[in-house]
Amino acid sequence: MTTLRRVTAADDALTRAHREEWARVVATLAKRFGSLDLAEESAAEAFATAAERWPVDGIPPNPGAWLTTTATRKAIDRIRRESTRDARHREAHLVYDTQPEPVGAVDDDRLRLIFTCCHPALAMEARIALTLRMVGGLGVPEIARAFLVQDTTMGARITRAKAKIAAANIPYRLPTADDLPQRVSGVLTVLFLIFNEGYLASGPDTAPVRRDLTREAIRLTRLLHELLPDDGEVTGMLALMLLSEARSDARVSSTGELVPLGQQDRGMWDASLIAEGHALVRERLASGQPPGRYQLLAAINAVHTDGDAPDWAQIVALYDQLAVLDPSPIVRLNRAVAVGERDGPEAGLALLDALAPQLSGYHPFHAARALLLVRLGREVDARAAYESALALTDNAAEIAYLTRRLARLAAR
Amino acid sequence: MQYLVNVIDSRSNSGTEEEAVAIDAFNDKLRAGGHWVFAGGLADPSVSTVIDGRGDEPDFTDGPFVEAKEWAAGFWLIEAPDLDVALELMAEGSKACNRRLEVRPLLVV
Repeated sequence: MTTLRRVTAADDALTRAHREEWARVVATLAKRFGSLDLAEESAAEAFATAAERWPVDGIPPNPGAWLTTTATRKAIDRIRRESTRDARHREAHLVYDTQPEPVGAVDDDRLRLIFTCCHPALAMEARIALTLRMVGGLGVPEIARAFLVQDTTMGARITRAKAKIAAANIPYRLPTADDLPQRVSGVLTVLFLIFNEGYLASGPDTAPVRRDLTREAIRLTRLLHELLPDDGEVTGMLALMLLSEARSDARVSSTGELVPLGQQDRGMWDASLIAEGHALVRERLASGQPPGRYQLLAAINAVHTDGDAPDWAQIVALYDQLAVLDPSPIVRLNRAVAVGERDGPEAGLALLDALAPQLSGYHPFHAARALLLVRLGREVDARAAYESALALTDNAAEIAYLTRRLARLAAR
Repeated sequence: MQYLVNVIDSRSNSGTEEEAVAIDAFNDKLRAGGHWVFAGGLADPSVSTVIDGRGDEPDFTDGPFVEAKEWAAGFWLIEAPDLDVALELMAEGSKACNRRLEVRPLLVV
């Protein structure tokens, strides 16, 4: 093998190992040494060593084991170098962490890592950052870019979260069976926020759809699904993300404008992601268990992506079910839009207008109202609604879409 | 591991008889589970005195060290293996004393 080919092969192996093994290495070390900080630093050092050694020595037969062993050695070196007080502190954690685990959930260190990063005692933005760093293996600058903050700000956020985990003794443990549904729901919230930031990026200076973030969210959700295959809401979340991601290419036009679902070129949808999403939704239906929020959202997306046109009666029925579990104004907004399609714009508008007190600061409310007003021929009101929506959004593709709708209205 | 739990309040001497009964029952539960270290109610912050003994003569000042809309009206010191246990216990404590609580870890020496 030439040197160049060997270097390329080592690079590929390292990229793959980073994607597949990072979380496992961090999780294994965090369990053994009782410190997320030490686990993260040692894992990063092990990957840096691999980048030096693999092109020269060749790729080890079991890259994951090599990385774990190397990271463990780095961690032990680090502990030896540090002051005795810190070392004693870590020993204390070590003893505690060998306590027996509650039974009933899949036993995988990566799952412990996920639950710790998404702990309810941490601020939501810290949970997101920590999950992307510790489980996803993203670098601090990458995460900072994703959330439009300075590297130093993001670094400080992650450091502070790790410090709280250590000082407050947030345990590195699987939740008990009683707590599991609530804690899983907390993890799903974090994953969904990551996905949504990619799906409809909020900043004025970012691309309207951030595939890097949506893909990362899907990768993390796949991991969670692999670890908790029987959890209906995890399955529902994965299906929801896949069915949304499948439409990404059709969601923004070549001129950078957001394309509403009904006007999308279905030929541009990713058929394999849709098939996978539909299969997951069917699997949940077949389970006979009552669906949770994410399963219902997935089912709604499955109806949207089934056949040539959506079955609005079925979508309204699913929103009815969803409104029972989650009576939030946003669910009622989406239900009103579906009713507008099923029963006509007047019925939809009546439901929408009732939501004005809660949603007047939310741009999709005004955009949905504008569409119904146009259908009713109330152009002056429609124009005002588009203007309200425009004033409330930063997303470039949405601005382009709303501006064109408004211009078309003015031209009439 | 020990945690200081501050009882957050914005009114003075606002505890009720019902709350006192619930707190007693909760304290019994803490003792039975081996979590009890110490607890107490605090007088209004307006009757506190700030001391600065760093100079030649100690300096005494009337009133709290920081004026705040909310303050600690009492506290628990509890023993718990980790934050999850502390949070679960004190969620009950919050219900018993009918106040919000702040859970703060003591430094490990």
